[in-house]
Amino acid sequence: MNTPSDLKYTRNHEWVRVEADGTITVGITDHAQELLGDLVFVELPDVGGEFSADQEVAVVESVKAASDVYAPVTGSIVDINPTAVETPEVVNQDAYAAWLFKMQPAAAGDLDTLLDAATYQQLVDAA
Amino acid sequence: MQKTVLNEDHLRSGARMVDFGGWEMPLHYGSQIEEHHAVRRDAGMFDVSHMCAVDIGGADSAAFLRRLIANNIDKLQVAGKALYSAMLNEAGGVIDDLIVYYLDENRYRVVINAATAAKDLRWMAARLADWQLAATITPRREGADALAMIAVQGPNARQKVWQVLPDSRSACESLKPFFAARSGDFFIARTGYTGEDGYEITLPAGQASELWTRLAAAGVQPCGLGARDTLRLEAGMNLYGQDMDENVSPLDAGLAWTVDLVNPRDFVGKAALVARPQQQQFLGLVLAERGVLRAHQKVIARQGAGEVTSGSFSPTMQKAIALARLPLAVAVGDSVEVAIRDKLLAARVVKPCFVRNGNILV
Repeated sequence: MNTPSDLKYTRNHEWVRVEADGTITVGITDHAQELLGDLVFVELPDVGGEFSADQEVAVVESVKAASDVYAPVTGSIVDINPTAVETPEVVNQDAYAAWLFKMQPAAAGDLDTLLDAATYQQLVDAA
Repeated sequence: MQKTVLNEDHLRSGARMVDFGGWEMPLHYGSQIEEHHAVRRDAGMFDVSHMCAVDIGGADSAAFLRRLIANNIDKLQVAGKALYSAMLNEAGGVIDDLIVYYLDENRYRVVINAATAAKDLRWMAARLADWQLAATITPRREGADALAMIAVQGPNARQKVWQVLPDSRSACESLKPFFAARSGDFFIARTGYTGEDGYEITLPAGQASELWTRLAAAGVQPCGLGARDTLRLEAGMNLYGQDMDENVSPLDAGLAWTVDLVNPRDFVGKAALVARPQQQQFLGLVLAERGVLRAHQKVIARQGAGEVTSGSFSPTMQKAIALARLPLAVAVGDSVEVAIRDKLLAARVVKPCFVRNGNILV
C-alpha cells in the first residue's frame, strides 16, 4: 500500500495536502480505492458549500459499494475536480493525483487534528 | 472459512478474497470491470466449486423430485437435459433456486447454492423421510468423490475449452443450450450465469487445478464473484438471497416460468401459490441519470411503491441498472423514480434482460 509521507490523513481514509495558500486538497487514500474496487460514480459538492468536520461531503461508488467522503476539517469548498466526476477510474489509477475537492479551512489550527502518514499506516495495518 | 480446491490458484493469481456464505472466494483478480468485459468479449472462467452438486439416485428419484421442486421434472426425458427451478417451502417461499440435470435412468444431479446448501440438504432429507420414497441424496462437495465446478463463459469460451480438452469436443460441440454431456470424468454443460455462451464443467476435485491452469494458459481470464454479479445482473438472472428468499413467492420474483402449475402433480408450496397469485412483478430498471442503483432502494411509480432487489453499474451499458419488484400495473417503458440517498432520480422500466450474447437489448 502506498502512503506518501508528505500528506496528512483522516480515520475515514481521506488524504489531505496542505497547500501554500492555506487551502487543503482532499482525496481518498490508495487503501480506500483498493477496498472499494473499480470506481464508477463520484458525486462532489457545490463550490461554496460549507461543511463541518466529519460531515458527508462527497460520495464515491464502485461497482460493489457506495462510500461517503467526509470533510477532514470545518470549512468551505473552493474547488472540485471535474475529471474525477467524468472518469471515476482515475481514482483507481492514482488515488493521490486524482483529488476530489479543495477546502478553505475555517481555522488553520484544525489541521493539527489530522494524522501523519505513519499513524494512518498503523491504523490501516491494525484493521 | 471453507476453501475450494482452487483456493491456492486464486491466491497465486493475486485474487482479493472475500467471505461468501462461509466460503473464501475470489472477489476479483485486479479489476472486476476488466473481468466483466473479458466474458462479454472473449472468455472468462469462474471457480464455482463452492456450489454443491447433489446426486439423487434410486427407483423413486423422479417421484421425489416431482414433489420437491416447482418445475415439472418430467420435462427431463433425455440424458443430459437441464431444468432450472426452485425448491419451495409450504408457504410458497423460495428455499433455493437450482438446476437439475437428468443423468440417466433414475439418476439426477441437482446443483444448489453454496450458502444454502446445508439448509437445502436438511430439507431434502426430511422430505424424503416424510414421503417414504426409495431414493438417495449424495452431496458431492466434500470427501473422496468431491467434485469441483469451473464455469467458462464468453463468445470464445467453447473454442478455448475444445483447445484445452480436445477429447471432449466430439461429446460437447453439438450440445444445445441447457444440455450436458459426459466426456471421461468430466460433465460438461452448456449452461451459465452470465448471458454468454459457454460451458459449466463439473470434474473430480483433484483435476480442477490442472484444468484451471491450462485454461488460463489458453487465455481464459480468471474472474471473481464481482464480475459474476454484474454479468448475471445484465443477463437479468436472479440471485438467491437478494432477488428472492424464503419470504418471497417465485411468482413475485420473476420465476413464474420455472414453476409448473398446469401439470396436475402436487409439489411443496403449490397450494400456497394457487391461493396467493402474483402480487408484484419483477422488472428491470435503467437509471436515466448519473448514480448507482443498489438493493433496497425504494422505487416510486405512479401506481405505487416498489423496491430494488439487485442493482449495480452495468459495465457493458455504462449505466446503472437494477432488478426490482414493482406494482402489477407498472408497464415496460414507464418512467419511475428511485430514492437514492436524499434525491429522487428518474429510471426507465425495461424487461429484465439487459444484455445477451454481447448485445444490449434495452
